[in-house]
Amino acid sequence: MKLCELTAHELKDMLRKGETSSREITESVLDRIQEVEEKVKAYVTIDREGALKQADEIDEKLKQGEQLPPLAGIPIALKDNMCTKGLKTTCSSKILENFVPPYDATVVAKLKENGAVIIGKTNMDEFAMGSSTENSAFFNTANPWDLTTVPGGSSGGSAAAVAADEAVMALGSDTGGSIRQPAALCGVVGLKPTYGFVSRYGLIAFASSLDQIGPITRDVTDCALLMNVICGHDPRDSTSADVKVPDFTRFLRNDVKGLRIGIPKEYFPEGINPEVEKAVINAGKLLEELGAEIIEISLPHTDYALADYYIIAPAEASSNLARYDGIQYGYRSQDYDDLIDLYKKTRSEGFGPEVKRRIMLGTYALSSGYYDAYYLKALKVRTLVKQDFDRAFEKVDCIISPTSPTPAFKMGEKVDDPLAMYLSDVFTLPVNMAGIAGISIPCGFSKEGLPIGLQVIGKPFDEGTIIQVAYTFEQNTDFHKRKPEL
Amino acid sequence: MKITKKDVEHVAMLARLYLDEEEKAKYTRQLNSILDYMEKLNQLDTEKVEPTSHVLPIKNVFRKDRVEESLANEEVLANAPDKENGYFKVPKIIED
Repeated sequence: MKLCELTAHELKDMLRKGETSSREITESVLDRIQEVEEKVKAYVTIDREGALKQADEIDEKLKQGEQLPPLAGIPIALKDNMCTKGLKTTCSSKILENFVPPYDATVVAKLKENGAVIIGKTNMDEFAMGSSTENSAFFNTANPWDLTTVPGGSSGGSAAAVAADEAVMALGSDTGGSIRQPAALCGVVGLKPTYGFVSRYGLIAFASSLDQIGPITRDVTDCALLMNVICGHDPRDSTSADVKVPDFTRFLRNDVKGLRIGIPKEYFPEGINPEVEKAVINAGKLLEELGAEIIEISLPHTDYALADYYIIAPAEASSNLARYDGIQYGYRSQDYDDLIDLYKKTRSEGFGPEVKRRIMLGTYALSSGYYDAYYLKALKVRTLVKQDFDRAFEKVDCIISPTSPTPAFKMGEKVDDPLAMYLSDVFTLPVNMAGIAGISIPCGFSKEGLPIGLQVIGKPFDEGTIIQVAYTFEQNTDFHKRKPEL
Repeated sequence: MKITKKDVEHVAMLARLYLDEEEKAKYTRQLNSILDYMEKLNQLDTEKVEPTSHVLPIKNVFRKDRVEESLANEEVLANAPDKENGYFKVPKIIED
């Protein structure tokens, strides 16, 4: 087995036993990129030189006998909406095509402190708006399991990179499912932490009350390792929660005895893909055999969450994206008459169709005369969606559901039908609306050989429980061990 | 039809976007279908429901007012599309 195919915890052990070096690991990943990137196209920017330099620094520390930080020498890919000092950060948008941040996002600074080797920046739907990575202004990313299908989105590049062994782990961001849905479609593990657990400082904003950074990894153990590094209070993010961060590896226990796991009936609507339904029901049965108690629950406002999300997220986005005006950074139109003309031309030329659509939708929902009817109404329905979860968590410790209603779909299939595309997030976005935690893990394959994801939803700041359930499921199955053939 | 081409033009102006005729027609059609879908929220009685703009019970967050290091002028201007003498440069906005 090649080094790039291993998990972070395996490589961590090998490095400490002197069985390999950080340079060997990084070179193995860079070689793999050389081999398959042409087919997958996961990366917007590959920082070969920077990665090798970081790797050599780790090897030097090893040689000096220094204590290594937890992620020392582990190659990681970052979604291209996290600011990296001196390394281009584009949000896969023409408007930020040449933006080189003068500072590191808090998560990036933490990764560097903890020794991770940053391989590059991954492709995404422009400004994280989309569910297939087809809204990237640059190119499409392919799903490593079937190159004619999408990797999901918006963190499609990160999920594809981990699935194709082009990175050992990755970070994504999740506003309505953008970590969990691509993780499900690419057969890897993805966790959206509780809102406020991970600093958003240096994460280019999409919808500020919903955005959250989280890990995309090959297994649940790696997920826990990465969570240990990225969580924690940050004074530079005023919405960062001042709560204690546990050692998440303590929850890597193969045991669900006595846990109460809810299955919401609303997450199995008529017409759901039968293979997805079967895989998730079977996952529930397995957890029951392992000692969990499975309880049918109801989240009655599920059917309203999608419409609700598509008012709130675009409203926040239209406000956040007002900053792209061609003045301080980013693209500026070359030809304009006056300041207003400069704004309009810069934005019209710099933003792609989905971003414009959401800015239009959000501006409309916030505009005079429509604010109460749309935005205020949506905030009230958000309360009802959140209360559904509060009530459910009085009866159960966590909830399981499908992550996505279907396995990976064909490229081009939904690009002209925004509502059909939005439905990809129907099971993930209620979690963002409620600000709680969710993880997606592989739980099966379709007859075409495409991965299916199981979502485990937990109480706020109780990532430990969902990690434990996910780990137990993983230890008793081998879906996560399968690799795509490229 | 909830919104007309005229509404789309007005919203585009508010959002500082130019749309060509084809885009106007497309967004009118697509925004109407999305807004139709959102009608379903009106099935819910929310008169007595408090709005949730934020999930965390955070009120004002204060920090000490102390001087900290900030970015150097040249770093701040490094990404500017146009600059002059340490300033961002914009088209003239005040008449002589």
